[in-house]
Amino acid sequence: METNGQAIGVLGDPTRRAIFELLSERPSSVGDLAALVPVSRPAVSQHLKVMKDAGLLMDERDGTRRIYRLDPDGVAEMRAYVDRFWNLAMAGFERRMEQRREETK
Amino acid sequence: MSMSVSTPVEVSTEVQGSIEEAFHVFTQDMGSWWPADHHILQAELAEMVFEPRVGGRIIDKGVDGSECPWARVLVYDPPNQLVFSWDITLTWQVETDPSHSSEVDVRFTSVAADRTRVDLVHRNIERHGDGWEQMRGAVDSPEGWTVGLGRFARRVATGSADTPE
Repeated sequence: METNGQAIGVLGDPTRRAIFELLSERPSSVGDLAALVPVSRPAVSQHLKVMKDAGLLMDERDGTRRIYRLDPDGVAEMRAYVDRFWNLAMAGFERRMEQRREETK
Repeated sequence: MSMSVSTPVEVSTEVQGSIEEAFHVFTQDMGSWWPADHHILQAELAEMVFEPRVGGRIIDKGVDGSECPWARVLVYDPPNQLVFSWDITLTWQVETDPSHSSEVDVRFTSVAADRTRVDLVHRNIERHGDGWEQMRGAVDSPEGWTVGLGRFARRVATGSADTPE
């Protein structure tokens, strides 16, 4: 839970949330992001470092630029979460349908 | 462009009852089977209201009179198909930007007079984008969804953020 707490804390900052949303739309460089959020380029770099350290982002070199993107492991986690929810919900639905059958007997 | 690494969640089952009954219970009687702890309201749930038309909403209503519409009906074709938007953010708030919503597609198929197959697909999950990291704890939490996310929301609200420097 240590890393979870850290990641959540990291996203509690509105600038980082804005950066995170932008990266959910497309992978971007520091320069791309700095043009879109109202903070300086060094500040964007600092936010990216914090988010990367928290496991939210990945980066890769593209020529002279570094491109940041969301970590796809996060998507896998999300999918697992939704999957678990629907299995629970559908089991409830099955039970309800069986119950109705009993009631009408 | 959204990331393409996300694949839809697919769940299928067969239930007792005709296709008409299954569709009716799934929609009009949603509160009778929906997991009790999985609601967006602060208050205790009084009922779930399903508005049976395209453009209708699914609304959680609390015992204190609070209301939370958390889905829009996109396809309503009884008793065969239902599609609704999933307008809930990963921080467990109502998502007001439709481009950040995912989508649930439910199809009903009659396999016998009193038996119905239900195929559910929850797609475009990656559109929720920001905040999915917050789900990790919820997945692992023995208390499940609401408690886990409530805890995260409090943590964010109390500002226990790690700040640079």
